[in-house]
Amino acid sequence: MALVLTEEQSMLRDSARGLISDKAPVSHLRHLRDSKDPTGFSKELWHSFAEMGFAGLLVPEEFGGSGLGFMEAGVVMEEIGRTLMPSPFLATSVVAASALNRGGNAAQKSEYLPKIASGSLLATLAIDEGAKHRPLQTGLQAVRAGNGFKLSGAKALVVDGHVVDLLIVAARTAGSAGERDGMTLFLVNPKAKGVAIERTIMVDAHNAARIEFADVEVNADSVLGEVDQAAGLLDGVLDIGRGAVAAEMVGLSDEVFGRTVEYLKSRKQFGKLIGEFQALQHRAAELYVDIEITRAATMKALQALDADLAKAASAVAVAKARAGTTATRAVQEGVQMHGGMGMTDQFDIGFFMKRARVCEELFGDANYHTEQLARARGY
Amino acid sequence: MTDSMTGDSEPAELETFRNETRAWLEANCPPEMRKPATSDADVFWGGRNAKFSSEPQRIWFERMRDKGWTVPDWPKEFGGGGLSAAEHKVLHAEMAKMGARPPLSSFGIWMLGPALLKYGNDAQKKEHLPKIAAGEIRWCQGYSEPNAGSDLASLQTRAESDGDDFVITGSKIWTSYANYADWIFCLVRTDPAAKKHDGISFILFDMTSKGVSTKPILLISGYSPFCETFFDNVRVPKSHVVGTVNRGWDVAKYLLQHERAMISGMGERGVGRPLGQIAADSVGTDGQGKLEDAMLRSQIARFDVDEAALAACAERAVDLAKAGQAHPAFSSAMKYYGTELNKRRYEILMSAGGVDALEWESERSRQGARPRAWLRTKANSIEGGTSEVMLGIVAKRILDLPGA
Repeated sequence: MALVLTEEQSMLRDSARGLISDKAPVSHLRHLRDSKDPTGFSKELWHSFAEMGFAGLLVPEEFGGSGLGFMEAGVVMEEIGRTLMPSPFLATSVVAASALNRGGNAAQKSEYLPKIASGSLLATLAIDEGAKHRPLQTGLQAVRAGNGFKLSGAKALVVDGHVVDLLIVAARTAGSAGERDGMTLFLVNPKAKGVAIERTIMVDAHNAARIEFADVEVNADSVLGEVDQAAGLLDGVLDIGRGAVAAEMVGLSDEVFGRTVEYLKSRKQFGKLIGEFQALQHRAAELYVDIEITRAATMKALQALDADLAKAASAVAVAKARAGTTATRAVQEGVQMHGGMGMTDQFDIGFFMKRARVCEELFGDANYHTEQLARARGY
Repeated sequence: MTDSMTGDSEPAELETFRNETRAWLEANCPPEMRKPATSDADVFWGGRNAKFSSEPQRIWFERMRDKGWTVPDWPKEFGGGGLSAAEHKVLHAEMAKMGARPPLSSFGIWMLGPALLKYGNDAQKKEHLPKIAAGEIRWCQGYSEPNAGSDLASLQTRAESDGDDFVITGSKIWTSYANYADWIFCLVRTDPAAKKHDGISFILFDMTSKGVSTKPILLISGYSPFCETFFDNVRVPKSHVVGTVNRGWDVAKYLLQHERAMISGMGERGVGRPLGQIAADSVGTDGQGKLEDAMLRSQIARFDVDEAALAACAERAVDLAKAGQAHPAFSSAMKYYGTELNKRRYEILMSAGGVDALEWESERSRQGARPRAWLRTKANSIEGGTSEVMLGIVAKRILDLPGA
């Protein structure tokens, strides 16, 4: 399959870009932040997303979705990255929808997937517990109690954690932290007794929460997939999330870069446009190459996910690792080349730097994924 | 890359072509030709004085030539295979999977051929392309001069009009394998009064012409892949000019794009053993199979990430070209990154090899193959346009930044 967008994918990109640039430019994020908006995103815009078929983009048609693939999800994520629009799309439509679709039984799918597609249900995966993304280190305990389980422990960086209707919680039902066996996914109502949610205002002004679970009772029907055997399901779902975040970072990098190049063409110092200086030209050119290479690696990963999820891990590791280093470079060059203006809150560039830092931590940073590739290659 | 990165589904005709190609390669590629080339003798360049270094090398070359697969995507009438871009990609992938060596290496294939296909007249195409495809004529490139390197368009080799001929005087430098070449494609100044880009012509002539001489240049690798080439009143028919007289810069630039694409691919990405395993041979591994040298391991892993990403980008560049969406200067971006990455690969290989990688002449070290190759890569970011020139091209032509 060619590493270029098909006509349909280009149309999807154009319609996503049209909506997002019109309704949610960077000023939209700025407004949500400054007004201390309690939901942290626009419900109205989310309904538009649902009406255009984006909310259920990955949901199969039989459950009311569009039944599209990860390349298409990446196309939308890239556009989200361009304006930094806070949206439930990543947590609900990409990660949670994939977890439910891949791990859910018939009853779970028909209960939740149509609601995701219609935009009426928000969901998220609660996975990280420590400072860094280490899925195998899951230690939140789920012990059998009667017909079900009791959950105890805490999760961090739960995206949209304070606004969702459904939590998908990774817990340990057997073994100990670090082991692949013994992990189980649970569907948990955030309003259940013993769930304490603290919205954490993050550097990027996007939604996240810390959640504590104190003897939270769930019944046996709440298990998503097989008891003790969540590792395989999680691998795939996390890789989907990683591919999507990589696409967001490509959009973010490309946007920062575009704004920076425009600045180089308009700002004058020493009687010249600063873009005439070779020191800046070469740095801009290097960054351009970095972004193009990262874009290709990300498309390759999304295609690999569409082709065969189980074999996509290395391609995804390459994409997320590259996206991390490239976005980090892009936002730093963006601020540096904008000079003092880049340091001001009034100017948008800083928002991109902050979001890039969060994306880098989401689902594993460049170091994590570089390590994964080394292991996969046997050294 | 691993299979995990090529798991695409493809149309039925292409699937059939893939299966047939795989079967044909299996049946026709001698086992000896399925190992990476390790010495100069393993590479067959063709030409009037060509000798095969082994019987399998001859067999492999002749079988591929007869199928038109020395130049798979050239038209059949010129000795090519007439493959579509998609089929060519399949053939390339199947050969890579098997580790099959290219049957013929040639500047005629990589550089002159594409330029002739675009700018040559019918007579020139009929005369030269089939001989390139069949490996009968070996070409060299007369571009750089002692005072025209990065600033190539300031070249001074003169071609003076004399009846039906041009008479050429001057000198070239960094002419790859000029001492082995049969013909040269050469940039000469046909109008000294014009602006520097406007007085250049692209001309072809036989290296046995009276007045041509060559002198190999000994490099830091101990090898002499390049020559100085001298022209002393060399008489060449005007019919040997490719394209229009004084418009040779257009041809030169077009050819340079192909040259840059070729150089960016020099690292043979994804071919052979992974760097991490090569390093394991010399530095050893711990109980979990991890390299004993943690910092080296991390260098290699970062390299592998970048190399895989570049491979995806190279694939995408081909797909963009097919879709008519490629920027003509994109090969400069690839050339910059590919050559810098290849230098990084060899720095890692030298570090991984440690003391063993320092031997220069022993049998054990295959006559210092690794250090010589390491030194050779330092030219990658100079030849065909330096990294700095490439970045300048990206800045001006792709990013449209202001200035000279």
